[in-house]
Amino acid sequence: MIEIESLSRKWKNFTLDNLSLKVESGEYFVILGPTGAGKTLFLELIAGFHSPDSGKIRIGGKEVTHLPPEKHDLAFVYQDYSLFPHMSVKKNIEFGMRMKKIRSQEKLLETAKDLRISHLLDRYPLTLSGGEQQRVALARALVTDPKILLLDEPLSALDPRTQESARELLSTIHKKDKLTVLHITHDQTEARIMADRIAIIMDGKLMQVGIPEEIFEKPVDSRVASFVGFENMLNGRVISVDRGVLRIEAGKINIEASGNLEVGSQVHAFLRPENIVLSKTSTQSSIRNSLHGTVIEVWMLGALVRVKVDCGALLSVLITRQSAEEMGILPGVMVYAQFKASSVHVLR
Amino acid sequence: MKATIRKTRKLESLTFIFSFLLLVLFLFVFLTLSNMIFKQILDDFQGLINTVENRAVVSSIFLSLYAGFLATLIAFFLGAPAGYILARFDFPGKSLVESIIDVPVVVPHTVAGIALLTVFGSNGLIGGPLEAYIQFRDALPGIVVAMLFVSVPYMTNSAREGFKSVDPRLENAARSLGAPLWKAFLFVTLPLSARHILIGAIMTWARAISEFGAVVLIAYYPMIGPTLIYDRFLSYGMSASRPIAVLLILVTLSIFIVIRVLSAGWSIYDRD
Repeated sequence: MIEIESLSRKWKNFTLDNLSLKVESGEYFVILGPTGAGKTLFLELIAGFHSPDSGKIRIGGKEVTHLPPEKHDLAFVYQDYSLFPHMSVKKNIEFGMRMKKIRSQEKLLETAKDLRISHLLDRYPLTLSGGEQQRVALARALVTDPKILLLDEPLSALDPRTQESARELLSTIHKKDKLTVLHITHDQTEARIMADRIAIIMDGKLMQVGIPEEIFEKPVDSRVASFVGFENMLNGRVISVDRGVLRIEAGKINIEASGNLEVGSQVHAFLRPENIVLSKTSTQSSIRNSLHGTVIEVWMLGALVRVKVDCGALLSVLITRQSAEEMGILPGVMVYAQFKASSVHVLR
Repeated sequence: MKATIRKTRKLESLTFIFSFLLLVLFLFVFLTLSNMIFKQILDDFQGLINTVENRAVVSSIFLSLYAGFLATLIAFFLGAPAGYILARFDFPGKSLVESIIDVPVVVPHTVAGIALLTVFGSNGLIGGPLEAYIQFRDALPGIVVAMLFVSVPYMTNSAREGFKSVDPRLENAARSLGAPLWKAFLFVTLPLSARHILIGAIMTWARAISEFGAVVLIAYYPMIGPTLIYDRFLSYGMSASRPIAVLLILVTLSIFIVIRVLSAGWSIYDRD
C-alpha cells in the first residue's frame, strides 16, 4: 500500500502541488497525464530520488518521506530501462540480489525463465532489442521479490507488436506475484486496458481518481474531459428539464442531454467524436439529437476518417472510411450529425 | 589523406587550404621532436649511451616520473570526488568555484612557483606550521606540490565530464535496487566514467612531468629531468643537454603508449 499525503515539490519552473493519493495493496494503478504533467517527478518522489518540499509518503504503513531510495523497498523501472551497460544481463539481475544479500542461483534462473530471457544472460544490454531490455529490467527489479513495482512509461519505447506482449507480461506479473503496481503513461488506451484505477495528473495537480469507466465516461473537469477524448465541447444554458432529459441552448443550436440540473444552469456539454453518427437524412429514431450542417474538412486517418461539420457549432466526428466513401462525405456536402442524449456528458 | 577526401566529396579550395595547414601543424610538432631524436641518435649515439649510464640523469628522470605519479595519485583523490560534486549538483557560486579551480592552467608557471613558494616556503601559510614535520623547499614534497598545482585541473575536468556522461537514472536504478549512494558510485558511476578518468590521469601525469617553471622555483634540488636539462644547457650547452631531453621524451612516450594500448579495450558507455 502506498499512501501519499499533500505532497508538494518545486523543481525548476515546475511545481507538483499538494497531491494526495492512496494506492491499495495488489492494485494496478495507472497515473495518466499529458507529457510534462509531472508524472515522472511524482514517481521519483515516491521512489525517494528527490525529497518533497512538504507532505508525507508511507509505503506499507511505514513512513519513508525522508529515507534514502534504498530504504523505500520498491522496484523502479525507467522508460529507457536504465540497464547497467558495463554488466552482462546476468550481472545486471544479480545487482539487486547482491545489494540485498540474496544468494540464490535458482531464483535468478527462475526469474529469467519467467521473463523469457534465459538465453540472454551472457549478453550485454546494448546488444538487446527494446523488448528484451525491458524484460531484463523487469527481471532485475522483480528478482528480489518486491511488493511494489513503479513503472515509468513502460510501453512507450516499444513498437506496437512488442507493446502488446509487454502488456500481457505486465498483467501476468501483477496477478501472479500479487504486486502493487504504479504505472505512469500518457496513453489513454494503455491506461484503460491495464488499470484497476486511474489518477489523472495535469500541470502538477491531481485532477481525478477513479475506475476507468468513471474517468472516461464521467470526467469531473473540462480539461480532463478534453484530455480523455471528449473533443467536442459546447457551452450553454439549461432551458428545460423533462424526465431526466436536459434541453441545453448552446449558441445557435439546442441539444438534449441526459442529466438532472436546474433550469438556467450554465453548463459545458462534452461529446466524443466517435459517438456522433453522420447520415444523409434525418430519420425518426431514438436518437434525440439531429443537427443539420455542412462538412467543412475531411482527414483520412487510416481506417478511420475525421470529419469536421458546421451545424451552428463545429463538431468533430469520427466515422469509418467505408461509410465515408459510401455516403460521399466531402467538404461542402450537407449531412445530419446525430447523437444520443446519453452520449452527452454535462458538467457545470 | 588526400585520397580519402577525394573519395567522399569534391575537393573544395577551403578544404584544401585547411588540409595543408593541418599538414604544417603536424610537421611542426612531428619534425621538431623526431629531428631532435634522430639527430641525437645519428650524430652522437655514444652520448646517448653515456647519458643512459649516467646515474644523475637516470635518477632525475626517475624522480620526474615518480613525483609525477605521486602528484597524479593525489590529483585523483582530490579531483575525482570534486568532479563528481561539480557534475551532479548545482549550488550558488558553482561557476566561480569552477573558474578558480581552472586558474592554474592559465597562470604563468613561474608565477605559480612564486605563489607556491609563498604558501609552502618555511615562513609560508602552510609551510611554516608544517616545517617541523615536512619540508617543501628543495625537497620531494615541494616538487609534488608544484606538479599537483599545475596539473590537477586536468583531472578534475576530465572526471567531471566522465561523471556527467553517466545518466543519473542509472544511479537511481542502482539505489532503488538497494544500493546506498557509495555503492551506486563505486559499482555503477565510477566504472562507467573510468575511461574519462584514465585519460584525465594521463593528461595530469603528462602535465606534471613536463612542469619546469613552478618546480624549479620551489625545488631546484633534487633535480627533476627538466631542471637537469636546463642546468646542463646553461653550464655545458646543447651537446650535454640534448641526450637527456631525448631520453626523457623516449621514456615518457613509451609509458604513454603502453597505457594507451592497455586501456584500448576499455569500452566507452557515453549516453549518446
